[in-house]
Amino acid sequence: MSLLTIRGLRVEYPGRKSDFTAVREIDLTVERGEIVGLVGESGAGKSTIGSAIMGLLDLPGRITEGEILLEGERIDNLDSHQMRKIRGNKISMIFQDPLTSLNPLYTIEKQLMETIQQHKGLSDKKARREAIDLLESVGIADAENRISLYPHQFSGGMRQRVVIALALCSDPDLIIADEPTTALDVSIQATILELIKKLTRERNVGVILITHDMGVIAETTSRVAVMYRSRIVETGTTDQILGAPNHEYTKSLISAVPRADVKLVRFPMVNYIESAEEEYKTIDLSTHWLGKGREDLGTAAIKDGEKLVELNDLGMDFITRHSIFPGRRQYFTAVKNVNFDIRQGEVFGLVGESGSGKSTVARIIAGLYKPSGGNVMFAGQDITSMSNHEARQAVHRQIQMIFQDPYSSLNPRMRVRDVVAEPIRHHKLASTPREAMQIVDDLLEQVGLGAEAGSKFPHEFSGGQRQRISIARALATRPTFLICDEPTSALDVSIQAQVLNLLKDLQESLNLTILFISHDLPVIRQMCDRVAVMRNGELCEISETRKLFEQPVHEHTRELMRLMPNMDHLSHEGLQIQT
Amino acid sequence: MTVSSNDLSPVTQSAVARFLDSDIVYSFKQSKVTIVAAIVTLLMMGGAFFAPWITPQNPFDLATLDLMESLMPPVWMEGGEARFPLGTDGQGRDIFSVILYGSRLSLMVGFGSIILAGSVGISLGILAGYVGGRTDAIIMRIADVQLTFPSILIALLIDGTVHSLFPQLIREDSAFWVLVLSIGMSFWVQYARTVRGSTLVERNKEYVQAARVIGVSTFTIMVRHILPNVLGPVLVITTINLALAIILEATLSFLGVGIPPTQPSLGTLIRIGNDFLFSGEWWITFFPGAALATLALSVNLLGDWLRDALNPKLR
Repeated sequence: MSLLTIRGLRVEYPGRKSDFTAVREIDLTVERGEIVGLVGESGAGKSTIGSAIMGLLDLPGRITEGEILLEGERIDNLDSHQMRKIRGNKISMIFQDPLTSLNPLYTIEKQLMETIQQHKGLSDKKARREAIDLLESVGIADAENRISLYPHQFSGGMRQRVVIALALCSDPDLIIADEPTTALDVSIQATILELIKKLTRERNVGVILITHDMGVIAETTSRVAVMYRSRIVETGTTDQILGAPNHEYTKSLISAVPRADVKLVRFPMVNYIESAEEEYKTIDLSTHWLGKGREDLGTAAIKDGEKLVELNDLGMDFITRHSIFPGRRQYFTAVKNVNFDIRQGEVFGLVGESGSGKSTVARIIAGLYKPSGGNVMFAGQDITSMSNHEARQAVHRQIQMIFQDPYSSLNPRMRVRDVVAEPIRHHKLASTPREAMQIVDDLLEQVGLGAEAGSKFPHEFSGGQRQRISIARALATRPTFLICDEPTSALDVSIQAQVLNLLKDLQESLNLTILFISHDLPVIRQMCDRVAVMRNGELCEISETRKLFEQPVHEHTRELMRLMPNMDHLSHEGLQIQT
Repeated sequence: MTVSSNDLSPVTQSAVARFLDSDIVYSFKQSKVTIVAAIVTLLMMGGAFFAPWITPQNPFDLATLDLMESLMPPVWMEGGEARFPLGTDGQGRDIFSVILYGSRLSLMVGFGSIILAGSVGISLGILAGYVGGRTDAIIMRIADVQLTFPSILIALLIDGTVHSLFPQLIREDSAFWVLVLSIGMSFWVQYARTVRGSTLVERNKEYVQAARVIGVSTFTIMVRHILPNVLGPVLVITTINLALAIILEATLSFLGVGIPPTQPSLGTLIRIGNDFLFSGEWWITFFPGAALATLALSVNLLGDWLRDALNPKLR
């Protein structure tokens, strides 16, 4: 008998106008000792399945069809009291964000002991002993002493270990892990996944791992169910799904996953997603407004391969303790002594984990921060200590930035047309309002949205479409240099593939120079010509992309390469590989 | 999980149809209390606005007043007349007419002081939140100090100062503006604090940074990008503060520092009636009091509903 069986599950959310079906016709089984992956893009209904099993569907959501059986007994029709017992003793959950899934006001000890005593009724002393054992089993060293600390005294990865320990308190048979590593760095992700695998083996529990990340699936699961638009479209062993997918959707999903082993000419067209790549009229950019008038500041005189941007001993300190006495102030050094140059016409990658200072570097170049040491040269001018207003405006025109979060990077109260037109109006780049509107329409066509998108508000668009709007806005000043700060890390893989394709196309047709920042090595491999690796505010290594991936020199780079999920056996069907 | 993703609403809907279909209108229709409150508020505001055309008597026109008709009870009591449905006061003024004229003044003071408080509070709040540092510290410390005084004390203080500084001001003419100033100045802190909080959130959003990268000036960012995005909570405190301002005006007038009795507001009417309360003429103070309570209550209920309707967490 399977540990968990789901048959014909359907979950509906009654709405004002019509019922929303979050998942339908779900069949899934989980055995003891195996990790089953549930993969799909956002909105596919993955998390709804997890909540339905736990009996924690957000109101007014409810199960309208099907059944859920735990060890042969139905659990979907229990009342809340019985369900609470099951939830505590048989099923546990690990959530995505370790920052919010622990109560910041209680010590780890208190939170663990409370759960243990609730479920096992042990004495204080025994419960404490058990809590310490649990912390040790999830790999927290010196658990004896650290148990009395508060959550904020642990790092993100350590906190996620505590969350896992908390989930194990009641000796569950089934663990549902909802995006357990999405909020974590790759190096921490690798150890957490290793831990989940080990615990599954040792404790013989069943695990449902909900994720959007193919790398996580490849590393940990034995079987995978692929979800698309509220249905499971394909179930199979991990090797089969990743190596030889059957369903069209799975095929297109796999082909959109960026990979580190080979460089693609471009990502294959995915026909299973939002119809963003509809045919829009294409514009010959070399004769269009967008392709012209980029000559001032002497950037036109710089030939391909010559230095466009130079960073000299760049440093940045943030004040962490304020004081009127300079001696008592405390600083945090986010960036120190960073030197590199970006050549005209190349895509330069900057890679590092969170807190490595890569975004700070980008913001200094964009003029959002003033560096505390060193300078940035752009086309031969020092742009960090410019006092002339006119000259600063001219530089602002040449350097534009695309931000990470598509949901906060557009003013929700402005129409898309005004968002894109703002830079044109501000820099008075168009001679008449009519011309400005024509340019905006052309830009929206160019990024694959269509001119009619201009009259809508940002909230009417999906994440990928919003990122296209951001790109259109950045291009509206006719920049020569574009900074992309994690432009696709908030997007689903298939959308990411489209946006990366768009960036590549624009880079080629407008001969842009791009600084591309990412924590995702496979994306860097696909996009960049040269890469710099950063760690703790310092530069580790600069190298040609191919060389970096094949022969990393610096120790930290090698570590990053090692921790990268291994996706070598992913299907190569339908890919154009660059040789 | 949004429900709307399932809806197949046609793109061609007109703006009016879209508005009538929106969640705000839906939640309005769902709440009976809110509908009643809205109707009452509209009736009272309409009555106040159209007072010269709908009242049976112009209470400020001395020629129409007759002392013989003073202190008449409401129409349903013995000695009442249909001409004066709610009775008359000590000068023979029709209570119903006086209430409509009175709420006109009360509402004008209310709106005037809210506009003043809002403009001062929103500007200072955005400035403090966006610029930060020393500017923020100075503005917010002033606000903190002001908060330690009860708003009625501040209003009394401003009223007293203005009149001792400009003794030649005629009370009748200046009373309205002094009231607007004193109530407005005691309410700006709430706006400043709310707006500063929202501004701190908005300024870190990437659309503001995008505007900075484009090179847009600080002032333009504050006006064009931050201001429209912090107005949601402002709308809510405005409705609630309107009720508070009307009550504060009534309190000040009751204490005798507000609108003089020749052009009575609701508060002045209550004070006038107070003198007659113990001689049995209860209607002179009761009806203005009831009108004030009804107005304040229905505006408050509207404010409460608006707060819930605009808060996505409660939806």
